Amino acid sequence: MNRRIKEKIIEGFFFLNGIIVILILAGIFILLLKNSIPAFREVSLQHFLSRPIWNPDAYEQPMYGLLPMLVSSFMVTLGSLIVAVPLGIGTAAYLSDVASPRVREIAKPVVEILAGIPSVVIGFLGIVLLGPFISKMTGTYNGLNALNGSILLAVMALPTVISLSEDALTSVPRSYEEASLALGANKWQTVIRVKIPAAASGVLAACMLGMGRAIGETMTVLMATGNAAAFPTSFLGSVKTMTATIAIELGEVAYYTTHFHMLFAVGLILFIITFIINLISDIIFHKHTRMR
Amino acid sequence: MKLKFSNIIQVLGFMILRLCMICVLLILVVIFYDIITKGIGVVSWEFITKPPVDGMTKGGIYPAIIGTFFITMITAILSVPLGMGCAIFLNEYARDNGLTRFIRMSIRNLSGVPSIVYGLFGVALFVEGCHFGTSILAAGCTLGLMTLPLTITASEEALKTVPRAYREGSLALGATKWQSIWTNVLPYAVPGMLTGTILGLSRAAGETAPILFTGAAFFLPDVPNSVFSQFMALPYHLYIMSTQHHNISLVRPIAYGTALVLIILIFAMNSIAIITRYHLRKKGIAHG
Repeated sequence: MNRRIKEKIIEGFFFLNGIIVILILAGIFILLLKNSIPAFREVSLQHFLSRPIWNPDAYEQPMYGLLPMLVSSFMVTLGSLIVAVPLGIGTAAYLSDVASPRVREIAKPVVEILAGIPSVVIGFLGIVLLGPFISKMTGTYNGLNALNGSILLAVMALPTVISLSEDALTSVPRSYEEASLALGANKWQTVIRVKIPAAASGVLAACMLGMGRAIGETMTVLMATGNAAAFPTSFLGSVKTMTATIAIELGEVAYYTTHFHMLFAVGLILFIITFIINLISDIIFHKHTRMR
Repeated sequence: MKLKFSNIIQVLGFMILRLCMICVLLILVVIFYDIITKGIGVVSWEFITKPPVDGMTKGGIYPAIIGTFFITMITAILSVPLGMGCAIFLNEYARDNGLTRFIRMSIRNLSGVPSIVYGLFGVALFVEGCHFGTSILAAGCTLGLMTLPLTITASEEALKTVPRAYREGSLALGATKWQSIWTNVLPYAVPGMLTGTILGLSRAAGETAPILFTGAAFFLPDVPNSVFSQFMALPYHLYIMSTQHHNISLVRPIAYGTALVLIILIFAMNSIAIITRYHLRKKGIAHG
């Protein structure tokens, strides 16, 4: 049966094609790990994870402490969530329950367009627009600080939070809403006390994904947070995130030095963090859809 | 209707929600207003057809436009066939088993990997591992892998819109699985696949972090002449012009011009995809 063999070969080809994504994901992990390991021949893992200073160019003893940039990354991410989560959920609730169909038709592309703006453009506006504004409001030197980065990251995370939260809200069965209205609740009470709690896991998954976006975002924080290597102290101080550290230092470092391998180790940590965040949001999301 | 306390709360609550929406809208308006008003004066025919001159303080951004075009091409060559193949596997062949769920989980996770991590991966695999050096090829491949999850998702969406009856009709007439996919599924799905893919490519065209170390160059007097040369790219040029140039305030107008060209390019790609998708959908309703 020539025909059957041919079919098998074609199916095998597409099977291999499907496997590729697993290979890429595994490949990223393995290559990051392979390139990080040599770093720990000279610097202990304990040093990397616990020292509060990152200074690879120190004259006497180079310091490779992850903590300052880890704290910086989480700081700007937290800042961005404080802005993006309420604003995003509010917008999603407006779109799913308040807006007329015509407003929705206009607003949906707006969210898509916002998602399409390259991060480097947002970062540029952080320098030329938001930076001077923050500088004027707070009296800091140039407004390139954690606050600036947080606001820009919020803009980057908003489309994810809005569109996924809206999906979660519109997927709440109509009967929930009708039952609530029939019991005498008004529309606002229904949205706040019935629909949002019913969609909570979907909304939470949306926020987690937004968080993953924010923590891995490079260009905006690279351009807008000032990149001072010191341990972060306040939102008005300059910070240097994990992504920005890699982006700045990989261009300057000699290949296959301890510093070079250390940057891969930072990348590995970043990969693991985003992987865990994505996995959690995935699990929450699937619980959410299975309930239906 | 009586004026009840709960109704006042409702009016206030909806007002807050509306304010959220207006706030998002305002962000977009501010972004576009600033870039368009300050960039429009810079963009001219010379700006998009001349290379930078005088230490990049004058002249245009032609090599950056060409560079972005080239890497987007490489990205498409890698990402489109792979993405379509993977989507065909997932939608036509795969059974709902553990492996398939694992593949889907991998795709979702890949789309969440930070772009700078793709940059590191590109350095380790393409620049060093495959000895491509810092080149158009290395950067294009890196971006190609990065856009793969988007291409797969878009292609699968397109395959899903083809009614089951198309496949079953063909199978019932004695065609093999591949024959029915080839003659009865792909012709209807490919246009949709391509439009979805353009959306993914437009994202690749705007990315900076993955190309920082895989081939983007500060300044090149000429356009690249092979896939192994370095290149200038629009997003990287904007980054250079706004942070790394020796006289940042002097070149600010050029940075604005670059930002405007980049945004126009990306939205042109997006609009093409969205308009085609719209027409395809209308056609789909007509004969489905």
